[in-house]
Amino acid sequence: MSNQPLPAVPYLKIPGDGSPYLEGQKCGSCGSTFLGERSVCSKCGARDQMSAVTLPNSGKLYSYSIVYRSFPGIEVPYISAIVDLDDGTAIKGNLINVEPDPANIAFDMPVEVVFADALGRKDADGNSYLSYFFQPKT
Amino acid sequence: MTDAYIVGVDMIKFGRFPEKTVPQIGAQAALMALDDCGLSIQHMQALYCGNLGQASGMVGQRLLQEIGQTGIPVVNVANACATGATAFREAWASVKAGLYDVVLAVGVEQMGKGLLGGAGGKTGIPKEGLMGSGTMPAVFAEAGMEHARHYGTTFEQFAKVSVKNHHHSTLNPKAMYQIETPLEEVMNAEMISYPNTKLMCSVNVDGSAAAVICSEKKARELGLMDRAIKVRASVLASDPWQERDLVMPDVNSCTQKAAKEAYEMAGLGPDDIDLIELHDCFATAEILHYGNLGICKQEDAGRMIDEGEVALGGRIPVNVSGGLLSKGHPLGATGIANIYEVSTHLRNEAGARQVEGAKIGLTHVIGLGSACAIHVLERAS
Ligand SMILES: [Zn+2]
Repeated sequence: MSNQPLPAVPYLKIPGDGSPYLEGQKCGSCGSTFLGERSVCSKCGARDQMSAVTLPNSGKLYSYSIVYRSFPGIEVPYISAIVDLDDGTAIKGNLINVEPDPANIAFDMPVEVVFADALGRKDADGNSYLSYFFQPKT
Repeated sequence: MTDAYIVGVDMIKFGRFPEKTVPQIGAQAALMALDDCGLSIQHMQALYCGNLGQASGMVGQRLLQEIGQTGIPVVNVANACATGATAFREAWASVKAGLYDVVLAVGVEQMGKGLLGGAGGKTGIPKEGLMGSGTMPAVFAEAGMEHARHYGTTFEQFAKVSVKNHHHSTLNPKAMYQIETPLEEVMNAEMISYPNTKLMCSVNVDGSAAAVICSEKKARELGLMDRAIKVRASVLASDPWQERDLVMPDVNSCTQKAAKEAYEMAGLGPDDIDLIELHDCFATAEILHYGNLGICKQEDAGRMIDEGEVALGGRIPVNVSGGLLSKGHPLGATGIANIYEVSTHLRNEAGARQVEGAKIGLTHVIGLGSACAIHVLERAS
């Protein structure tokens, strides 16, 4: 078992020194950015043009749903959000620190990416995980 | 190339049949489609069988064990919710190419109850509810809210899709549910994933549908042109690259692409279409496709539902079968069931829900991931 929390997804990076961050891959040919590892660009088909980039920690809410029914054991309601980060990369996650009511949620509201424990979820070996969330930008 | 015609087509009334096997459920519709044109399994030169739940289970061959093992080639097809339509299209293509004169396409599914959607990977920790939701009601809610952000579409307008389709279902004896649901009832039903309430989600059911597809020469030879339905266009598209693909499955661009190609292949436009069966897996989904299929501008989709243009008796009736919302959505069967519905109207055999004077109809299904299949059908005589 690891003493340190593990990243909940591979594109969440936890450096030994410094703050966690999200990593994308940018195509050197067409400039598109992607979450996660890849060697071929799905937009333009360029091969071996991908390089890692640190994704910005701020963006805007693109779309959402308020989830009231989920799988057993999942706490509801929560806001499932699609966010466009400032560099144009789209990412999905929970929008937190907002009452789950459409009256409180506006398209294009500025949000920031925050890193926190993965809601207490542990894997079969007892490891803790670090995840990312969105919250309204103050 | 020869023209291809549907000469026999039928579906079973969708429901829950836990006591039956998948091939048994599929065999029912297969026999009904054969009876619809008076042919037997001995006439069929190939079987194209769509099923998702047992995609590696040789469902087509097992289906032939139920209705006659004639040794014909069997192709088993899986393509998410476009599975049935893809099996139909493969059958169509084989006739169109002159490989066979008469073939059978079957779509069948046996579903459990409950939520569909990804619960996350097998390693690490579950991602559902931690990084948004991968459940289907939420995914299609997010797609609907994207329409809302661009065009101001409201919760009430989405809910009206269910009111309309559930009303249509009261006229369709083959729908799983045939119940009127007034607007307040739809909007006040249990919220599953805003803005989709329980009455705005399609029903998981078991079901099957089948079609016999025939070349023009063979259809004339067999004397089957009277009730034949001409396949004017058959198009399958995957989702072209979109900037939010990795986090937001795209049902729009593949529908737009397939629609454009289908109108070109059929040599007509959206104004020529008399009725549409489209993929209303959720009420939010239906609204997206009015614009995607070109029957109105994207920004007019809300108005289309407000003004009843897409209701039976309106300018272009959509989902007069009751749609997936009330008919039920057995994934692998849905595509052929939609073809059955439109064919039935074109044959003027749809009874109380008949779209008067229907000559040309369109069917549309979307499999998330994504696959879009569109067929344009026309009465032959
Ligand atoms: Zn590229």
